[in-house]
Amino acid sequence: MSSVFDIKRKKLAFMRALRRNSSVRVKSSDDADNIFITCPECKEIHAKNDLAENYYVCPTCGFHYKLGAYERIALLADEGSFREVNGKMTTVDVLEFPDYSKEVKLARKASGLNEAYVYGTCNINSYPAVVGVLDSKFIMGSMGSVVGEKVTLSIELASKYDLPLIIFSASGGARMHEGTVSLMQMAKTSAALKRFSDHGGLYISYMTNPTTGGVTASFAMLGDIHLAEPNALIGFAGPRVIEQTIGRTLPEGFQRSEFLLEHGYIDQIVKREDMRNTIAQILMLHERGQR
Amino acid sequence: MAAELTAYDRVQLARHPKRPKAMDYIEALFTDLFIQRGDRLFGEDASILTGVALYKGRPVTVIGQCKGRDVDENVRFNFGMPQPEGYRKVERAALQAEKFNRPVICFIDTPGAYPGMEAEERGQGEAIARCMYTFSGLKVPVISVVIGEGGSGGALALGVANAVMMLENSIYAVLSPEGFASILWRDSSRNSEACDVMKLTARDLYELGVIDKVIREPEGGAQNNPAQTIRAVDIEIGRKLSSLMQKSGSVLAEERYQKFRKIGNPK
Repeated sequence: MSSVFDIKRKKLAFMRALRRNSSVRVKSSDDADNIFITCPECKEIHAKNDLAENYYVCPTCGFHYKLGAYERIALLADEGSFREVNGKMTTVDVLEFPDYSKEVKLARKASGLNEAYVYGTCNINSYPAVVGVLDSKFIMGSMGSVVGEKVTLSIELASKYDLPLIIFSASGGARMHEGTVSLMQMAKTSAALKRFSDHGGLYISYMTNPTTGGVTASFAMLGDIHLAEPNALIGFAGPRVIEQTIGRTLPEGFQRSEFLLEHGYIDQIVKREDMRNTIAQILMLHERGQR
Repeated sequence: MAAELTAYDRVQLARHPKRPKAMDYIEALFTDLFIQRGDRLFGEDASILTGVALYKGRPVTVIGQCKGRDVDENVRFNFGMPQPEGYRKVERAALQAEKFNRPVICFIDTPGAYPGMEAEERGQGEAIARCMYTFSGLKVPVISVVIGEGGSGGALALGVANAVMMLENSIYAVLSPEGFASILWRDSSRNSEACDVMKLTARDLYELGVIDKVIREPEGGAQNNPAQTIRAVDIEIGRKLSSLMQKSGSVLAEERYQKFRKIGNPK
């Protein structure tokens, strides 16, 4: 049984890590919006600082707030162990799509990220791994050529150093502004995962809210192990498109993690507070399996 | 000479009801077709035909996305929108082709994978992902021809090939122009504008390095002379197949891998 002190210690470590690694900081301000947040699920009001201490999970109803890439890594990686790779890669406007460059500029400013996928090496409970995280703050975490390339590079990095690979998905799917070139990234990442798997690599796909479209239909669904955060939307077609196609509303809970578990597409639903321990356990169990 | 067609015109031609369908190509180009049905897991999906047949006397695995030639066929083929079972059947056929060392020839023609409730329950995304995953490693030649609509992941599932060819007026896109306009501009009526910016025509995609070959169509579109269109496709498949047949299985897999590895490489 874990004692109260263990929990306290864990939270403190998390807060410390967050302060160190986070690109987004909760600023102290008189503005009430900056201090308090209303849970979109249960409408309870919580202080943002309390929320941060609770892994950005609503203490009342357990709603999992969206987590940025660096915040996720801060929660997962051993303190100070994360080394980002190719962090400076920026979006390429392959189709010279109207207003795309402008949108990218805005997304960079708003998210503090260069692109929607962040990856690198780190230790998780002392087990080395390659970790990649999609961040939905950057154009819905959509996959264009740079995301596709970086996902592929992260797979190749894991392969090169015989490291396990963990990818956190949060994406609206393929990036519209890069058209068919975006689409082809599904083939590229899937093919890279086939090579990695043939090489004996362990790949944990961790699906978070939302994981849809071309990301679901490629690397998110090709893991040796599939994990998901509670109540995350996971699917190929978006709920709105399905409703338009079948002409009626979808039942409660459709395409949510629990639904996918029931239909055999994920191994376990893992709450955010258990994420680190669950992944460390899987890495431990596969340690001998790594070549 | 007719005026240059717009992207929107080509989308209309790609969807033309009289445009030759996968079955037209299969009936004309192959003999002794033995149809294989079912994914061995859940069911049969008639919207994709898989089978073994002879192409110029040589056994091949043939895979075709079927659009109906009349109302009855359209209903039976679910308007060319496959269910997960269809993709799992494709994967089964591809693995069998590899086992018996047969080339795989795919005809792509779908508005997209079916966006229905049952399709989601049975893992549409996983089924498509698994197809690309398996195709990427096949040690036999794979040729894919987009003959009409190449709709999103539902088309790409059959498109991880050594040679990807497109008929001149076919399209290959991340999403339908209507869906694209609706998502990006919240206005599906701007679909003609969407066609212009999406770069979904065969020529655009050839220039972007996404496909390997554009196959000319008769004046005004394939529907004006199906026999001539089918002949043109036959010539290109035949030519490509004989060159691919010279290569070893591992070279074929490596070349296919590198081809997709390079697409959209920003460096």
